[in-house]
Amino acid sequence: MPSENQQEKASAMNFLALSNDSTAKTFIMATLVCLVCAVFVSVSAVALKPLQILNKELDKKKNILQVAGLYQDGDDIEAAFSKIDIKLIDLATGEYTTQLDAAKYDERKAAKDPGLNVQIPKAKDFGNIRMRPKVMPVYQVKDGDKVTQLILPVNGYGLWSTLYGFLAVEADGQTIVGLSYYEHAETPGLGGEVDNPKWKKMWSGKKVYGADGNVAIEVVKGSVVPGTSGEEYKVDGLAGATLTSRGVSNMLQYWMGEEGYKKYLTKIQASGV
Amino acid sequence: MSSESKKIILDPLIDNNPIGLQVLGICSALAVTTNLGTALVMSLALTSVTAFSNLSISMIRNHVPSAIRIIVQMTIIASLVIVVDQVLKAYVYDLSKQLSVFVGLIITNCIVMGRAEAYAMKNPPGLSFLDGIGNGLGYSIVLIFVGVFRELLGSGKLFGVEILSTVNEGGWYVPNGLMLLPPSAFFIIGLMIWGIRAMRPAQVEEPDFKIKDVHGTEVA
Repeated sequence: MPSENQQEKASAMNFLALSNDSTAKTFIMATLVCLVCAVFVSVSAVALKPLQILNKELDKKKNILQVAGLYQDGDDIEAAFSKIDIKLIDLATGEYTTQLDAAKYDERKAAKDPGLNVQIPKAKDFGNIRMRPKVMPVYQVKDGDKVTQLILPVNGYGLWSTLYGFLAVEADGQTIVGLSYYEHAETPGLGGEVDNPKWKKMWSGKKVYGADGNVAIEVVKGSVVPGTSGEEYKVDGLAGATLTSRGVSNMLQYWMGEEGYKKYLTKIQASGV
Repeated sequence: MSSESKKIILDPLIDNNPIGLQVLGICSALAVTTNLGTALVMSLALTSVTAFSNLSISMIRNHVPSAIRIIVQMTIIASLVIVVDQVLKAYVYDLSKQLSVFVGLIITNCIVMGRAEAYAMKNPPGLSFLDGIGNGLGYSIVLIFVGVFRELLGSGKLFGVEILSTVNEGGWYVPNGLMLLPPSAFFIIGLMIWGIRAMRPAQVEEPDFKIKDVHGTEVA
């Protein structure tokens, strides 16, 4: 019926003249507002996406460089990062894998992807991690052709939150260079002191594996008495943050153990990086 | 600038401060004021959202059906907040990481919604825009005021630059850990409101109830 159609068209064109409370105007206004807002939001999201991705990558690279002690404020991150090789390793075998693209691999996404993760058996799950990716990246710091440091991503539960960070070890897979977290939500001033540069400095030079080959490194309650035996496996606890300290110990216990990087680290000791 | 627009901008700074007088929007004032950097970025974000939401709502105010006016306002405010969040993530990534969810929560900030409903729905776009700026600045003043105290006393720094050398770094100042926790913002805002109302007794509210003596005659 053309006449009705035309009427509708006319009313749509003159909708501004309609009474504000008419049903037609309510619908038209709602649709228009949504449409304009949707376009506005989508345009800005799409336009800013490349910058945001770049920022995220830079932030992660900065964290990796910081734990390796290769970054000072104001350094060119990309230039410093060119010394670092990313390799993917299959944790079940400890072998390198090339099935995935190392530059684009995101272990935190993979931990949530049913195709790429494994459930950690309860008895072995010291860090309360639950799901871990089958494949983890290892960042190898190179001096010329020689690998000088390995930077291993770690995560685990503290008191309030999962802590995400990196453990840097020397090429022997035994001596710690540093431990640093880039994301957590522990109590500022207590558990949040995992970010304290003084505390982070204490990790440097500590050893991961004891004489029996098991993970020996731990955060102890109180402070470590210099000169006592086993000093090289112990780091001072954070005052007032027993659970966060325990969380740090537990996650290292897990990630440096059989389920984590140990197979890989043993392998490179036998056959080189 | 005409006296009217001057008044619109300057009034919310102290005389009609959205936090001080109306006690609106204090949730984010607690959360983002542990250091001045985040407080400043949050202030800018909120000021621009309030200004532009007022502007756009005022432009369509004569055509918004009253039945859906709140949802129309919310749609506009939410869109602006998403855009601000995206911009922060693109240009000041570190600070946006610290602000995390609180930028998104500007959507629920009573100041933005309050100005849209109370002012922008009844006034022309130009004035509404100024009103948004004014109220945003009123919020900013409080955030910066609180941020100065919390960062200085909580970590001995301002904008991350050391002012009082703390014991942890080998200095003399023992930082007040409470200042880094959200309750301290309550104390500071409370003291500030006390101060403002002592200076401007007109802001003191009438008591809700009056105490009567045993004979039933009013005391006051």
